[in-house]
Amino acid sequence: MSLTVIRPGLFTTVQDRGRFGFQKHGVIVGGVMDPFAYKMANLLVGNKGTEAAVEMTMKGDTWEVTEDTVLAICGADMEAAADDKPLPLWKPVWVRAGTVIRFGVSKLGARTYIAVAGGVQCPLVMNSRSTYARAGIGGYEGRALQKGDELKADEPGRQSKKLGELLQKQAKGGAFYAPDWRIAADHLPRYHGHPVVRVVKGNQSDWFTEESRNAFFGQEFRVSPQSDRMGYRLEGPRLEKLDKSRELVSEAVTFGTVQVPAEGNPIVLLADRQTTGGYPKIAQIISVDLPLIVQTKPGDVIRFREVVHQEAERLLLEREQLFRQVRLGMKLKYE
Amino acid sequence: MTTFQIEPMGEQAVIIRFGTVIDRQTHEKVRKFSAWLDQHPVPGMIEYIPGFTTVTVFYDPVAFYVRQTSVLTLNEPSFSAYERMRMVLGEALAQLSDHLPAAGNTVEIPVLYGGEMGPDLAEVAAYHQMSEREVIRIHSEGEYHVYMIGFAPGFPYIGGLSETIATPRKTSPRLKIPKGSVGIAGKQTGIYSLETPGGWQIIGRTPISLFRPDRNPPSILKAGDRVRFVPISAEEYQSYEEGKA
Repeated sequence: MSLTVIRPGLFTTVQDRGRFGFQKHGVIVGGVMDPFAYKMANLLVGNKGTEAAVEMTMKGDTWEVTEDTVLAICGADMEAAADDKPLPLWKPVWVRAGTVIRFGVSKLGARTYIAVAGGVQCPLVMNSRSTYARAGIGGYEGRALQKGDELKADEPGRQSKKLGELLQKQAKGGAFYAPDWRIAADHLPRYHGHPVVRVVKGNQSDWFTEESRNAFFGQEFRVSPQSDRMGYRLEGPRLEKLDKSRELVSEAVTFGTVQVPAEGNPIVLLADRQTTGGYPKIAQIISVDLPLIVQTKPGDVIRFREVVHQEAERLLLEREQLFRQVRLGMKLKYE
Repeated sequence: MTTFQIEPMGEQAVIIRFGTVIDRQTHEKVRKFSAWLDQHPVPGMIEYIPGFTTVTVFYDPVAFYVRQTSVLTLNEPSFSAYERMRMVLGEALAQLSDHLPAAGNTVEIPVLYGGEMGPDLAEVAAYHQMSEREVIRIHSEGEYHVYMIGFAPGFPYIGGLSETIATPRKTSPRLKIPKGSVGIAGKQTGIYSLETPGGWQIIGRTPISLFRPDRNPPSILKAGDRVRFVPISAEEYQSYEEGKA
């Protein structure tokens, strides 16, 4: 199974869940921006869910499938087409060698994932296959993909093989084939240009004035053009500390931390965040809503809504149940 | 009895606070608890980050649930995963005063001061109305303590800089500071582990790589280590560089 870049997209990297266990050495976690789309794509090709996959940003690549491949495309709709026929999202697809797959510009959402049966082959660096471009390590040669790069897959497991054989048979000589079942739409995240993103209290939320806390939940924030895999800068009402001279001693931050520098515009820390930060945290985006924020684009508008910690944990469990159901469904169909 | 606070950071991490200001006593508690975590991996824990005054534990809430038929259920139904984590860590923290922190290493960092490697040495010397040699002497005679590694891979936050050479950051940051640069920013001194933009006053450079992704651990310094800066000549710097190749 392999894919070759014919024309690169805007910014395409190989990622997995992230690099854990090395934050105390200052090594960032990195990994995929949309953990839901990434994991679902892996499960849909019969993988365990933690294999390396491709993350495309805003505008996707054009690929040549150089060996027969089972893949799944999840996340933003970049109008994927194989030999000019539309390819479905959120499904396994068998694709014949020689087929050209084109991705366009995403209309809604910002990031699209391609998982391949077996997972994208690349060396483990500090226990992860994620690209860490600034240090030039992980993923495909530690960098974004370029024209001519060829991604190979690791040996697929039993379920992926069986899935591939079955789909190939049903393709009846066509360039590609996807099964007719689908994941119920209400299980999929509703990517939106104006999402309501749920948060729990940040560790320093009581450092802010009451007006600022009310504004945080009552008003809209626009995603600024200075937004990337490291973090999104938001523009909206100025958020102010009660005591302007109060300074935070640097401490850990995490995926979805909303911190506020002195100038008052919040920054949401994302996959490539630093391990620690010195700005007070007004809120923390709950895990299940991370896909909503990372799929917004500059110019999109966000509102925040507060939930209690227990609810955040319950929703995370619910999501885990969904992944287990999908895994079970795949097993029943293809093992 | 150690005083501490435990609070959640989202639903997959907890922050344990031992104080709010940077001092060695508070950091001693951070190191003791880090050593305890190294020896007693808590079920569900993914990793931890020691800070100046905090330890943050990252965990997987799903690990606290068990599978009953097709649904996941808490293995201790009266408590959430967060509450369980809080209890386990709280019990360990109550015993903390009986523990010892992991022994820190003393690490010597060779530095070629001044010239091309330390373009701001003259500015620092002028700021304090002393000679460049005097700045080098004070900087290299200091006893330094690593509080934490953060900002960039292997980047140490080092305490212990003599007030006599504390110097404000540059008014306009440089777009590129080479890897290995040794700098001063206010009362801090530090070493750039990767090439990044930055506003520190650069007084020298070390030929040693602080971050080596192919080794475990990838950072040559860790929280609790002591650092000594050892002045070297251009020839010595050169031979370090050749030794790497």
